[in-house]
Amino acid sequence: MANLRIEQLNKRYGATTVLNNVNLSIEDGEFVVLVGPSGCGKSTLLRMIAGLDGASGGDIHIAGKLVNALAPAERGIAMVFQSYALYPHMNVRKNMTFGLKFTGVPPTERERRVAEAARMLRLEELLERYPRDLSGGQRQRVAIGRAIVREPAVFLFDEPLSNLDAALRVSTRVEIANLHRLLKSTIVYVTHDQVEAMTLADRIVVMNKGRIEQVGKPLDLYYEPANLFVAGFIGSPAMNFFEAEVEGIEGGRARVAGTAFRNLDIPAGSLKVGDALTVGVRPEHLVRGEAGFFAAEGVVELVERLGEASFAYLRRVDGRMFVAEVRGRQTPAPGETMTLVAASPDVHVFDASGLRVAT
Amino acid sequence: MTTDQRARSIGVHLVLIAYSLLAVGPILLVVMNSFKVRSAIFGSPLALPDASTFSLVGYEKVFRSSHILTYYSNSLIVTLVSMALVLLFGAMAAWALTEYRFRGSTALALFLSIGIMVPIRLGSVAILNMMRSAGLNDTLTALILVYVAQGLPMSIFILSEFIQQIPKDLRDAARCDGVPETRIFFEVVAPLLRPAIATVAVFTIVPIWNDLWFPLILTSSDSTHTVTLGVQQFLGQYITDWNSVLAALSMAILPVVVIYVILSRQLIAGLTSGAVK
Repeated sequence: MANLRIEQLNKRYGATTVLNNVNLSIEDGEFVVLVGPSGCGKSTLLRMIAGLDGASGGDIHIAGKLVNALAPAERGIAMVFQSYALYPHMNVRKNMTFGLKFTGVPPTERERRVAEAARMLRLEELLERYPRDLSGGQRQRVAIGRAIVREPAVFLFDEPLSNLDAALRVSTRVEIANLHRLLKSTIVYVTHDQVEAMTLADRIVVMNKGRIEQVGKPLDLYYEPANLFVAGFIGSPAMNFFEAEVEGIEGGRARVAGTAFRNLDIPAGSLKVGDALTVGVRPEHLVRGEAGFFAAEGVVELVERLGEASFAYLRRVDGRMFVAEVRGRQTPAPGETMTLVAASPDVHVFDASGLRVAT
Repeated sequence: MTTDQRARSIGVHLVLIAYSLLAVGPILLVVMNSFKVRSAIFGSPLALPDASTFSLVGYEKVFRSSHILTYYSNSLIVTLVSMALVLLFGAMAAWALTEYRFRGSTALALFLSIGIMVPIRLGSVAILNMMRSAGLNDTLTALILVYVAQGLPMSIFILSEFIQQIPKDLRDAARCDGVPETRIFFEVVAPLLRPAIATVAVFTIVPIWNDLWFPLILTSSDSTHTVTLGVQQFLGQYITDWNSVLAALSMAILPVVVIYVILSRQLIAGLTSGAVK
């Protein structure tokens, strides 16, 4: 059990910067998910915490101890790999005890830990089997078991569910959440799947191009994205964006105008006339109506029916598309013109540099 | 299967059978004739030995008149020790060259690949001088050293390819587990290299066992001769004792065949893995 502190961490390969001044503080027992598009540096960050990749600059502290120069095994971490990385020539028991031999854990203690991990992960029946005889889900549980028996201060998960099929992914996700509740350990978990991130995390770290874009609780990221990237990344289907401009300022209020929606009225703050803005509204926050804080019109081109909801793809007057969620059994017909409105808390405005503007 | 495919398959098999006959024919001829009397060897070289022509005279002479058992054990010692060293050092070097980036690693890899291209026999004179000044001439050690040098470049080359196919996550996992680097090599990587090691073993053993050149220049006494060199004493300038030559050759073939049979299952896995994945 330990906290984790990352300061000014950099990683460069030649001229390419993979991680750019990453600062992150993780509390003891916290479940933190690193999420971002592929190539954003999240896996590199995890491997650097593990000590598998060296840093070009910056410090990593685990449990208050500077671990920059320590080997992976000395850092008190355990890592679960996407490919499971089970030793193919060793049975499940040996896979779990192999590492313990070298870290001075006596045989009786090894057996006790394996038995406990096996019980926790329902692996008792499988201890004598070889990885090739196990299903994907079982292999994943063995990989997690191998991490548990090390009794690490910090668990590192590198996209552990991406090789599993959809149903197994959901059940393993629940197991990992239960495991965290049980072990109360610090977990850093990398994924590109925002559903995993939202469901598992105490806090989510959204990364893009080697930078941390935002750190926050799942629902905070959803309701108050700090910038355009986070707004577009969290939520499915993605948030709709409308180009806009500040048309005029009167009495501390700014009039925001765009070609594809009716004018908005927001607090002026430091906005100036002529500033370019982006207005974002999530599909699930758009409802059919006549007038609201935000209102946009479009012609329905396509309707996707998912059951609990349908998604209408609409063509805006400026020719681009946006998406609205439609509830209920009556779905709009293609060709129909709809007016969709959203309430003020659900409308996000971003300035030219992509940062959130108070509304 | 359509007629067209059947015709093609028959064609392919005809070619393969013809090739097999070509490869196996001489060996069969040697083994067959080693069991015949001298007159039958020349009278009907292609006939199987029958009641009237069967004879073990060649084997008797080989065992009686020469140090065949010494030659045999010399060949075995030289071949097996060289193979063991080639596999051990080859695998370790291949692991180091693929796994670690260090100053001069590329140059070292390049230097080793030159060893594949330049035949070691070009250095015979230098090797002879070197062995003599080291006091190693007429010893099995000299042969072993030369064969290890001869076998290493190719084995490193082949094993590197196989090591690259081992998932990198495995050794990362082992490192996170606290397994020391040497144990990662011996207990995680080496077991997974088994098919590759069998392949390299066969490719290493056959040329060493069959080599005539280095025993000829590096050994001079009966106590250090190998089988291939020992056979030569039956080949005279005026008279060649064909019974003994063929018997000795048949015996020389045997161990290679045995080793090949033992390793062949692994070998086939080694040759085809990577092709299908």
